[in-house]
Amino acid sequence: MHKEAAIRKPLILGDKNYHQITEDVCAPVEGKANKLWYLAFTISAIVALWGVGCILYTIGRGIGVWGLNTTVGWAWDITNFVWWVGIGHAGTLISAVLLLFRQKWRMAINRSAEAMTIFAVIMAALFPGIHMGRIWMAYWVLPLPNTFGSLWVNFNSPLLWDVFAISTYFSVSLVFWYIGLIPDFATVRDRAQKAVPKFVYSVLSFGWTGNVKAWIRFEEVSLVLAGLATPLVFSVHSIVSMDFATSVIPGWHTTIFPPYFVAGAIFSGFAMVQTLLLIARKVVSLEAYITRKHIEYMNIIIVITGSMVGIAYLSELFISWYSGVEYEQYAFLNRATGPYWWSYAAMMTCNVITPQLFWFEKIRKSLVMSFILSIFVNIGMWFERFVIIVTSLHRDFIPSNWSMFHPTFVDIGIFVGTIGIFFTLFLLYSRVFPVLALNELKTILKSSGENYKKQD
Amino acid sequence: MAATIYGLYDDDAKLLDGVKELREKGVNIKDAYSPFPVHGLDQAMGVKWTRLAMCAFIYGLTGATLALSGFWFFMIQDWPMNIGGKPNFALYENLPAFIPVTFEFTVLCAAHGMALTYFLRNWTLPFVKARNPHPRTTDDHFCLEIVEEENTVSKDDIQGILKKTGTVEIMER
Repeated sequence: MHKEAAIRKPLILGDKNYHQITEDVCAPVEGKANKLWYLAFTISAIVALWGVGCILYTIGRGIGVWGLNTTVGWAWDITNFVWWVGIGHAGTLISAVLLLFRQKWRMAINRSAEAMTIFAVIMAALFPGIHMGRIWMAYWVLPLPNTFGSLWVNFNSPLLWDVFAISTYFSVSLVFWYIGLIPDFATVRDRAQKAVPKFVYSVLSFGWTGNVKAWIRFEEVSLVLAGLATPLVFSVHSIVSMDFATSVIPGWHTTIFPPYFVAGAIFSGFAMVQTLLLIARKVVSLEAYITRKHIEYMNIIIVITGSMVGIAYLSELFISWYSGVEYEQYAFLNRATGPYWWSYAAMMTCNVITPQLFWFEKIRKSLVMSFILSIFVNIGMWFERFVIIVTSLHRDFIPSNWSMFHPTFVDIGIFVGTIGIFFTLFLLYSRVFPVLALNELKTILKSSGENYKKQD
Repeated sequence: MAATIYGLYDDDAKLLDGVKELREKGVNIKDAYSPFPVHGLDQAMGVKWTRLAMCAFIYGLTGATLALSGFWFFMIQDWPMNIGGKPNFALYENLPAFIPVTFEFTVLCAAHGMALTYFLRNWTLPFVKARNPHPRTTDDHFCLEIVEEENTVSKDDIQGILKKTGTVEIMER
């Protein structure tokens, strides 16, 4: 049996045994939802419907209903796209990278983080889709021989790399998540009393039996998928950043973008996981599994990646000065002091300054502070993408083309709507799916459970 | 009719002891069912490790080959384009621009190929009926499956060892 140092804090609190873990995790799936859940679901669903309305309006009328103009051709849409993709990075990072590093604390949070990843990537993929204007032509991004002559898609273009990156990331994350879910669905199936849930969960569990060979294969598949997903996590946001970095726009054309985007993605992803889990652990009463220690670990990752992002901002500023290129220098001066100075200030405050508070142990361990600061990071990271995209574009090469971007109600409606759709999906998930990897948790009970630690 | 004996344990450590004891006595264990991967069980039972990782490697290699030959055909052979003053003359000259998608496609094929193989080898597919002998083997119980016919040790002896190593229940089917 694997032993663990006594000074390590337990990851599963209270007097738990294998059966108790099953009971605790299955309770939200088997029981009825409380009033709080219905309230949250109703609000999210209404917001989601408004978002769907705005999306349909865009598809019907064309993207002229957004605030875009010939100078600022990318604005909230691509900001939202990059923001959502970034959020989608924490899930696979937690489940893949932390699996390779054998971090046991991942087991309490990986399921929800992966669910969040999948929902966030769906929201992200929506934006380039509707930005095409004619979404029914979306299949043109695939390398299909067409009837107009065998003209193929351009594989030299980062925009096409993005299509492959996002679709690979989404589908691999989905499969990774589902393979982990199968044994837990089997647990729910074998506990189900009524005919309908029993049938549904037996279909979902794919007839899982849990024999020796199946578990060996399960572990091997998890390990290899983690090994494949790890470079995938880093590649996806690198490729997203190349949408900008390979262009010739001052402010975009920087080699620091790939690592800086990846750090930012992990930063914002963990912030969103923090926001969601701080709510979820209360709503589905899983405080014994998602403990203060888990929150602290995530805060440590937030402060580290936040500092990396901060260093990236400063090196960007330094390099623009050091380059001696006046267009580059102007782009960054304009960011900080131009008409969009407030978005730059919001970005700097929320991403660089406030996360540094997590160096204080008291703040790092405080649930309220973690929640507030995670919201700050979410806001800051949205502004980061807004700063990169809009302030670089609004000062065009010819001053007579200079303009501003003003969002219309459709821009705002779609952005807020995607948050609504995201939360609607997450709330549904928290009622139907086992929100913790309950069977994997059992493997760490004897080494990291509170009652077992006391016995040693 | 030959009976199948099921020994149900409520702890993974007891299960491991039981497996070791049975194997020492020369009992052939057909299978074991557990709610989670019990470490050391595969060695104790003498089950061979899976070759799924090799499959993933082969699928990945296939993906990389497909991607590169695709690029050669689309971009070099079938319709070479001059984009932004960057013509497409030869695959090796354009290779840097093709690396990202080659990587993505390699991962795509390796991951999905491996996942499909995993589902088929486990025979875990939609609408497959579960064969676990006891509903609590997906909760907190561990079950050994021993077929009488495959063993020279008598049924009573097997049941004796199972009892001695702390089973909570012995079933026969």
